Amino acid sequence: MKISYYPGCTLKTKAKNLEDSALASLAALGIEVEELERWNCCGAVFSLADDDLIHQVAPVRDLIRARDAGADKLVTLCSQCYNVLARANKLMREEEEKRETINLFMDEEVDYHGEVQVVHFLDLLRETIGWDALREQVKVPLEGLKVAPFYGCTLLRPAEVAVGGGDRGAPHVLQDFLSALGATPVRFSAAEECCGAYEVLINPVEGMRRAGSVLAAAGESHADAIVLSCPLCEYNLGRKQGDIRAQVSGIPDIPVFYFTQLLAIALGLDASAGRFELNMASARKLLQDKKFVEAPATQV
Amino acid sequence: MSITILLRALDRAMQERVAEISGQNVYKCMQCGTCSSVCPMSGDMEITPRQAMLLIQHGLVDPVLSSRTPWLCASCHTCQVRCPRGIEVTRVMEALRQIVLRENRDMVNPREIPAESIAEMPQIALVAGFRKLTS
Repeated sequence: MKISYYPGCTLKTKAKNLEDSALASLAALGIEVEELERWNCCGAVFSLADDDLIHQVAPVRDLIRARDAGADKLVTLCSQCYNVLARANKLMREEEEKRETINLFMDEEVDYHGEVQVVHFLDLLRETIGWDALREQVKVPLEGLKVAPFYGCTLLRPAEVAVGGGDRGAPHVLQDFLSALGATPVRFSAAEECCGAYEVLINPVEGMRRAGSVLAAAGESHADAIVLSCPLCEYNLGRKQGDIRAQVSGIPDIPVFYFTQLLAIALGLDASAGRFELNMASARKLLQDKKFVEAPATQV
Repeated sequence: MSITILLRALDRAMQERVAEISGQNVYKCMQCGTCSSVCPMSGDMEITPRQAMLLIQHGLVDPVLSSRTPWLCASCHTCQVRCPRGIEVTRVMEALRQIVLRENRDMVNPREIPAESIAEMPQIALVAGFRKLTS
């Protein structure tokens, strides 16, 4: 079985900490993935207009390249990319008329019918290794680390593309993942809420309030940290956290991690694999305080 | 909210455009208000998702189009996951945005975004925003 890997735009620059920690972890776990030789932007948001097929072409081209590379699966890390690619794939599998129009339009590519399976990294771990086997690979159990799992929107909605293999009721993939690492997932009332997404561009005040209410809920859960898998959520909840705290009362100072960063540390990889310099400063400090990683040599 | 409905205000053509772009039948809505109660942005909306559905049912699309409601919606899909009538409310909101954007009207001007914000934001914030907010 061959697995292609689709990074998406943000993982090569601002979310390098998501990509590097994930790829280092996969190597340590012995799972081989191959980055698509040529990939383009997925579009970041799935086109919701019924009469707009042109915006499906970009994600479908990525799917075709994965198939042409001989892959059975296409794995992604960014929640937004996952959502767009999985839904475009579903459209190509199920909506015959739209599939034919798109295939006719793309006259250079061989017709696509949804042959590739799109999986999120969390489901790849769950399906390929499983939580019990992952637990056995953990070298540095994250004991005593209370973590609020943040799914946000695009890992869960719409239900047809939700991670977790069609779990009914509340999702628990991230909780199962955290438990396998030895961490303690906390109950977190805002786990499935919107972080404010791209509201920063048009409604910054309302967007900030939205992110603030997610952070406040994380504070009420008494978590030490938040984990997530989306660079846009990381921006709204992590990078902007100081700005929010300056304007909204009751916002905790809580580090935000990509789930793969905790995976890399739990697998005993060098802290450099986590690229924590791209997180808010409190992130690495928390891991040092908990003695999961050592302070950098340059720090006195 | 009190609304005066004048017969001439009923815009069936606009209502049909919403149906065509969204692929949704707004008459399936039974006004239970689940969408408004789960919408993370409804507290900031002058017209809530339930009210928007009611107005569109009555052919009063213009008041919804001139409200901030479609632009406060960030397509989190919570409403449609919870809708007991199976209406993809997210697609109705998308149709409202598309009606405005297809008149070549942009809701954000990329030139006005400060350089430091662009440097700081992840690419997906900009790509997603431009996809949703520009024509």
